[in-house]
Parts: sequence; structure tokens; C-alpha cells
Amino acid sequence: MIEVLIDKCVGCGACLLACAYDAIKIEDKIAVINPDKCILCGACVSTCPFEAILLRKAKSEAIDKREYNGVWVFAEQRDGVIAPVVFELLGKGRELADELSAELSAVLLGHQIESLSSELIAFGADQVIIVDDPALKHFRDEFYAKAFTELALKYKPSVTLAGATVIGRSFIPRVSINLHTGLTADCTGLSIDPDTGDLLQTRPAFGGNIMATIRTANHRPQMATVRHKVMNPIPRDDSRNGIVIQEQVNFDLDEERTVWLGFEKEKTNLINITEANIIVSGGRGLKESKNFALIEELANALGGAVGASRAAVDSEWIAYSHQVGQTGKTVKPLIYIAVGISGAIQHLAGMSSSDYIIAINKDPDAPIFKVADLGIVGDLFEIVPKLTKRIKEQRV
Amino acid sequence: MHYIVCVKQVPNTTEIKIDPKTNTLVREGVESILNPFDAYAVEEAVRLKEKYGGTVTAISMGPNQCETTLRETVSLGVDNIILLSDRRFAGADTLATSLTLAAAIRKIGDYTLILTGQQAIDGDTGQVGPGIAAHLKIPQTCYVRKIESFSENSAVVERLLEDGYDRISMQLPAVISVVKEINVPRLPSLRGKKNAKTAVLTVWNCDDLGLNEKETGLNGSPTQVMSIFSPHHEKQVEKFEGNSDEAVELIIEHLSKLTHR
Repeated sequence: MIEVLIDKCVGCGACLLACAYDAIKIEDKIAVINPDKCILCGACVSTCPFEAILLRKAKSEAIDKREYNGVWVFAEQRDGVIAPVVFELLGKGRELADELSAELSAVLLGHQIESLSSELIAFGADQVIIVDDPALKHFRDEFYAKAFTELALKYKPSVTLAGATVIGRSFIPRVSINLHTGLTADCTGLSIDPDTGDLLQTRPAFGGNIMATIRTANHRPQMATVRHKVMNPIPRDDSRNGIVIQEQVNFDLDEERTVWLGFEKEKTNLINITEANIIVSGGRGLKESKNFALIEELANALGGAVGASRAAVDSEWIAYSHQVGQTGKTVKPLIYIAVGISGAIQHLAGMSSSDYIIAINKDPDAPIFKVADLGIVGDLFEIVPKLTKRIKEQRV
Repeated sequence: MHYIVCVKQVPNTTEIKIDPKTNTLVREGVESILNPFDAYAVEEAVRLKEKYGGTVTAISMGPNQCETTLRETVSLGVDNIILLSDRRFAGADTLATSLTLAAAIRKIGDYTLILTGQQAIDGDTGQVGPGIAAHLKIPQTCYVRKIESFSENSAVVERLLEDGYDRISMQLPAVISVVKEINVPRLPSLRGKKNAKTAVLTVWNCDDLGLNEKETGLNGSPTQVMSIFSPHHEKQVEKFEGNSDEAVELIIEHLSKLTHR
């Protein structure tokens, strides 16, 4: 339950500003929380300079945390190709495992995939736990969840990391329910609390408007998903040693519950934005659909990919798969060129860690200029065609 | 056929701004809306009803003011609305939320398909849909972009992946979460708006669902928010305000430096 300590509250109103649900009012210089609106998110608690708001939780049965050891990375693969986010997770997982003086394991599910284990070891895993079973040949939520759950029950890892990919975000929640533990989505920061040894999981919320640090204090494992291009891999080292463990799982699930019928690859000649070194993105400033061609031409000239803000996607100027931002993709190219994008926080959340950002916008106060390295205040309709032409000339 | 849609009332995050001086949320004037992703789930459920018959029930867990969001779903074609409202539900993370919604669905008893949006725009987790499926021990597919075929016992759906889509056949009942590519939601009809006013709202609390308050809300949530802060995006920006030819030359200069590193 939440409570305002009347002797500590001075009615400063700091909590008012922190509340995203408009649930607090100041009455007679005391904060009053409206129970019909409050969702107990705790934003006001951490904001109060006087520690005047208390959020109390009934004590849950304590588990023995010492029984849980090691850091796990879900080694997502499709058709024998490891998802790129896995190498980034191994990099982060290595760091966490070293800090905890624990082992880093990669969990590999699939069929005829054992050959991938050497690569996982070269990128940092101490051991690879494999379930090689025809039932896991293609991703099926329940089968993957069952396998991962059984392994976690047997080995009791302290931390599990998975990519915030379609596959990770589909079945990892199911595993967390099976294990009755906490799961934090889309973490952008992971570290170990020096006092408790707990995993501190930082993630954006409210469309990237705020960041929250989350802890799973009394449950294990501590589970997190992490987006592609947020963490960094360690250099490949083929001389590293590691062990490979084969496990078997009794699925006890009707094969017909979920049947994989096939995969259709997206037909596009556009470059996948999450893998591109150069991205040119367009937003509302382009005004209408046909002007989006300016973005495509510039991207083409640079050999880069095409990105877009939510406004451009919502206006149906380009497909959702090109959307950069909190509800789209997170990108980290060498060069990001934002054209006619004002820089709503939801967009910044998906691109602000790009190596070099060039923004072109006519509004000198646009928030995009806060994250840009080079900010051009001007008319995109004049600048972009000239820029494309100049780049083409240089190529010749 | 009975289609159950789980919806959430959320603050319109596109309108939320940070006060640059105090680094806190400016909440003033931000309205509460139906989670935009859930609108696609509502629409898809109503389309299934129109094509294959049956009824659509919308459930929401939240404070009393969520009634307006549930009534909005009636204006879009939903038949029955249930609000799960209790102080003991407050502060729920995705584990406690999915447990509570699953308990309500169990109480409803008869269901063919459960639909959710891919995620809510305030929490952005996407974990509640698969969480419900786990609690009910039924099949699930997330990020569904199309329902290819549908019958009482099975459905064939397309799951949007990073580079294409999977085709999946599922036994029903099952849970799907849908992406915005799946449809274009309709606007409320005049009759729908009338129905929204008169629709009977069912309200269930913790006792109605037979849940123990230790497993719901804040108490039933393994994750704890330790601190909340504003993201900092301050950088040394080289700003240029001049004519377009000079701007182009400046960009070219930087690009060639960057690409020849």
C-alpha cells in the first residue's frame, strides 16, 4: 500500500510532477494520493526529496538466493544462424558473470545445431547447454518455453538474458511465468548491485520519456530481455575453452498444438535498418508521401538504409519495418541522418546511441538537435536534393 | 465462438513531455486513451465475430476510470465488458497482471480465442499476452499480422518476424497478440456509441476471482521499481544556420571524414 507520511511531507509538489497518472494533489500543503488513479508504480516514491512517501509490500516467502548461480544467455538461432544480438548478450553476460565470479552459459535450442557451440564459446561462453531435438527445429512458443523452463529448474541460474527479438519477446515471458519470477523487457543497462548482488535492470518506459531501474529482489532467476545494438560483444577468440553439455527434455506436449507451416522472407530490396552502417531517416517534415523519395534517393546514394519516424509510418509513407524508435527498431549505425524529424523522445530512444548523428530540420529548437553531432537548420527540400547530387558526383 | 480481448487504459505517451528544468514528467493535459495497439486487437475480434459469429468480451484491469475505455470498445463492436478493479490489484507487474487476467478468463470459462495488442505504450513490455497463455496453459502466437483461417478448433496465423513471417497453425483455445499491420480499426458507429452508453459493466474484485491478495498487485509482483529518472540527451552539437549550399558542403566534409576513418 502507498502512504504519505504527514510529518515528513512539506507539500513541495515534486511527486505531482513525477506522476504519469495524475493521481496526486496537494491539499493543505500535504500530498494526497487518489486511490482510483494511482497504480502504485513508485515514481513519486523515488522523486520525493523528503522520503515522505512509503510504498509497502507484503513480505513474500524468501528463497535461498545462494542456490542460484551463473549467468545464462539464450543463444537464439534460426536455421543454424545465430541471431546477432546473442554475441552482444555474451559480451554483457561475460562482464556480469566475472563480477559475480560465476560461469557464463549459452543455452542453445534447436535441431542439428551442435556445431554452433564453438562460436558461442569464442564469444565468451564458459559452457554451452544444448537441447537438440526435432521438436525444436523451428521456433514454437510452447516447446521452446518448456525446454528453457526445464533447464532453468535443473540448473538454477541467477540471471538469464535473451534478445528482445520477436522470438525472445514471445516465449521468454512464458518461461518467467512458469518459473514464477520477474522479467524486465528491453533493458538498456544491466549491472550488479554491489550491496545485494542483485541485477539492476534499467529500461525505458512511457515511450522512452522516463528510465526506470528495476530489481527482482526475492525471486530467481532474474530475467531480462535486451534489444539488439544496445550491448557490445567482446572480440572473438577461438582459443577460448568451454564445455558442451547435451540435455534432453521430455516435452509431454501434443505435437499438433502448434505446427510450424513455413517461413516467407520479406520481399524487399531495401537494406535491413538494424544491420546498416548508414541510415537516412525521414519524418513529418517531409509533408507528404511522394516526398519520401528524397530520403530513399539519399540513402541509395550513400549505400545506406531507409529509416522513418513513427509519424511517417503512421501516415503510411513507408512500412512499419523501417520505423526507428521505442515502438519500432533500435539502431546504432556509424552515421544516422535525421531529415525532417523533430526528435520526439520515442524516436530518440531508438537512435540516440548512433555513432554520429546529422540532423536536418527547419526548427532551430527541435529536440533532435540535442542528440545531433551536426545540426543543420534549414529547408530539407533545398538541402537534401543538393546533397544527393553532390554525393553522386563524388562517386563518379 | 467467444473472443476475449484484453485492453489497457494508458496515458497518451506521445503527449508526455519532460520539464527541462525539473527533469520531471509534465502530466498536465495528457489524456487517458485506449492503448493504441489494443485497438487492433478489438478490431480483429469484431471482424472474427462478423465473419464466424459469436460474441466479443473486453476485459481490463485497472482503476475505476478504465470504465470509459471499456465503453469505448463497445462503440467499436464489443458485446460485453468486464472491469477488474480492486485496490489489491494496484502495482501489478506483468506476472501479477497476467495472473489476474487469466483468473478472470477462467471465471468466464468458455472462450475460443484471446487477443491482445503487441504491447502497451506505457510499459512497452508485451509480456502480458504470453503470460496469460502460460497461466492458462494454452498455445500462443505473438506479433500476429494476419489470421489466415479460423475455425472452432484451430487457426492458421502469420507471425511477423524481423525479416519476414512464419505461418503457424494453432489448436484453440489460444492467445494471440497482434501488430498494427493486421487491420485498420474502424471508427465508432452511431449505434455503437449508443450501445456504449447503455452497456452493462461487470466489475470483479479480488474475491470474485478467488485470488489471494498475496498473489495480486504489488504483493504478487517479483519486480520492483528502484528509481525513475529522465534520460539525458545532452551533447556538443555543431549547429549550422546558413544557406543550403554551404550546409551541403559542411555535410559532405563530415561524411567524407567519417567514411574514410
